[in-house]
Amino acid sequence: MNEKTMLEESTLDAAANEEVICCPENVVYEKPDTLTDTPMHYCPGCGHGVAHKLIAEVIDELGIQSQTVGVAPVGCAVFAYNYLNIDMQEAAHGRASAVATGIKRVLPEKFVFSYQGDGDLAAIGTAETIHTCNRGENILIVFINNGIYGMTGGQMAPTTLPGMKSTTSPYGRDVETMGNPLKITDIVATLPGVYYATRCAVNTPNNVRKAKKAITKSFEYQKLNKGLCFVEIVSNCPSNWKMTPSQANKWLEENMLPYYPLGELKVPNDKEK
Amino acid sequence: MKELKLMKGNEALAEAVIRSGCDAYFGYPITPQSEVLEYLSAEANKRTGMIVLQAESEVASINMVYGAAGTGKLAMTSSSSPGISLMQEGISYIACAELPCLIVNVMRGGPGLGTIQPSQGDYFQAVKGGGHGDYKMIVLAPSTVQEMVDYVRLSFELAFKWKNPVMLLADGALGQMMEKVEFFEQQPRKTKVEPWATVGKPKDRERNIITSLHIQPDKMEEINLHLQKKYKAIEEEEIRFEAINCEDADIILTAFGLVARICQKAAQLAKEKGIKVGVFRPQTLFPFPYEALSKLSSSPKLKGILDVEMNAGQMVEDVRLAVNGKTRVEFHGRMGGVVPSPEEVLAKIEEKFVGELV
Repeated sequence: MNEKTMLEESTLDAAANEEVICCPENVVYEKPDTLTDTPMHYCPGCGHGVAHKLIAEVIDELGIQSQTVGVAPVGCAVFAYNYLNIDMQEAAHGRASAVATGIKRVLPEKFVFSYQGDGDLAAIGTAETIHTCNRGENILIVFINNGIYGMTGGQMAPTTLPGMKSTTSPYGRDVETMGNPLKITDIVATLPGVYYATRCAVNTPNNVRKAKKAITKSFEYQKLNKGLCFVEIVSNCPSNWKMTPSQANKWLEENMLPYYPLGELKVPNDKEK
Repeated sequence: MKELKLMKGNEALAEAVIRSGCDAYFGYPITPQSEVLEYLSAEANKRTGMIVLQAESEVASINMVYGAAGTGKLAMTSSSSPGISLMQEGISYIACAELPCLIVNVMRGGPGLGTIQPSQGDYFQAVKGGGHGDYKMIVLAPSTVQEMVDYVRLSFELAFKWKNPVMLLADGALGQMMEKVEFFEQQPRKTKVEPWATVGKPKDRERNIITSLHIQPDKMEEINLHLQKKYKAIEEEEIRFEAINCEDADIILTAFGLVARICQKAAQLAKEKGIKVGVFRPQTLFPFPYEALSKLSSSPKLKGILDVEMNAGQMVEDVRLAVNGKTRVEFHGRMGGVVPSPEEVLAKIEEKFVGELV
């Protein structure tokens, strides 16, 4: 058999195989209905895409697409509403949890979540964040922490690590003059209004699975009117960290996670469950 | 039989809010309008199920209003001058996202922390923007406690008609004074779901998105042109004003809100001296009644206009635009919480138009 014939045969085989393999019985994963077909604008390796997908999957799995209203942030994920096939409102910088409060108070039976980055939630929106948590609004706050301002081009965030370089801390964050990174999830976990607070990541398949579980739990708690659920997702910013996606995930593991250790910071006690 | 009550302006307004079928109030205490939040906290939820929430700041309140308004509900806030300054960011977003809501500003003296006494120093902020970008609110200026009541329902109607924020602009005196008022019947809470509202997307419709972000310049300009077209239509349909004895007047006093009532008293005092004084009072500050005032200013008998305000001269700029040089426009203003007296206004008429009056 010459080479050409071999190639033709293998192509034929592949086509035949495809017919056999790609049948409804064998489907193990489909794009969630809650995720639109719009191509995402995020940089290669960015965690936003994965975080969006997790939210969409959970909404699909819980069957709450028609009962969910989301609040989109400012920053890189400002277009979250282009990708999530649910009703959404876009909020001013830092104000997402106040907007979510307004929605939830008049639609208490609906599922409401805000999606916010570190600059949004932990800098300009600190007051709104703390007070929304303290009131125990029955909403989910998804907090994406990549330690830097992404959209505006890599400036220092409240969560930027000590010594970490950014365009506004070009010699590295000096905690003496620039203050310490703010562990906002640790802070909100102390508030009685917060029912569930956890810190996740989406840098490895295992962490992705855990993050999904946390989001699922949060929506389930919301249904029970338990109070605020706060899911931090430690994420990356390959572009502004000036790394490849794989370098960024490695850096995240080695630098971000020691400062922002993963795990549940506040869990409902068994009786309450 | 008419149901008449003697009530404080802020409380009467709050009562009207409940009777309008309002769904949600988000606010923060500030003198001289804290009674609105206090009255609603005591009365609203138990009577109609209305949501009343004291936010952590004015910034949070206006953004809660944004969220609730986005669901198509009747949402509102109230505050006083420094608090309204904090809300400007949210108001700009609400205007761009075209959400209906009511914002009550019971003005106090400024700038800065200023004083808790009445003022009209926020005319520019209310009428000319205040927040960033090219947007307009519909601005209603009551001059009696009765109008504080009547304009609440009107505000919600206009807000939904135009999908636009409406500001009810009163001053501290109107908020604090007691007058007799007649209330309208309790309106039912709105049940209609607006087609644009974010209430959860049913299978058979596209997702609703409420945003003020349009990153492409051509798209953003399109939104701006659409808004300007809407404001033009509002200018054509929603002008409201009152002209008392202006047709054959020697002098016309222009004023809004409480000051217009002081001017009416001044006009009476002038009459006793044989001077015919009319009072022209815009009830809508945007849209401003340019045309009506322009017509009046062409009267050959008219010696001039005296604009009286509790500020350094803000509405007078619109008065001058309307008059466009057809007659003399003078200004008299008091600031910092000082309320002008009718005698003072009469003295100003005589001083400014000395020798021209009978």
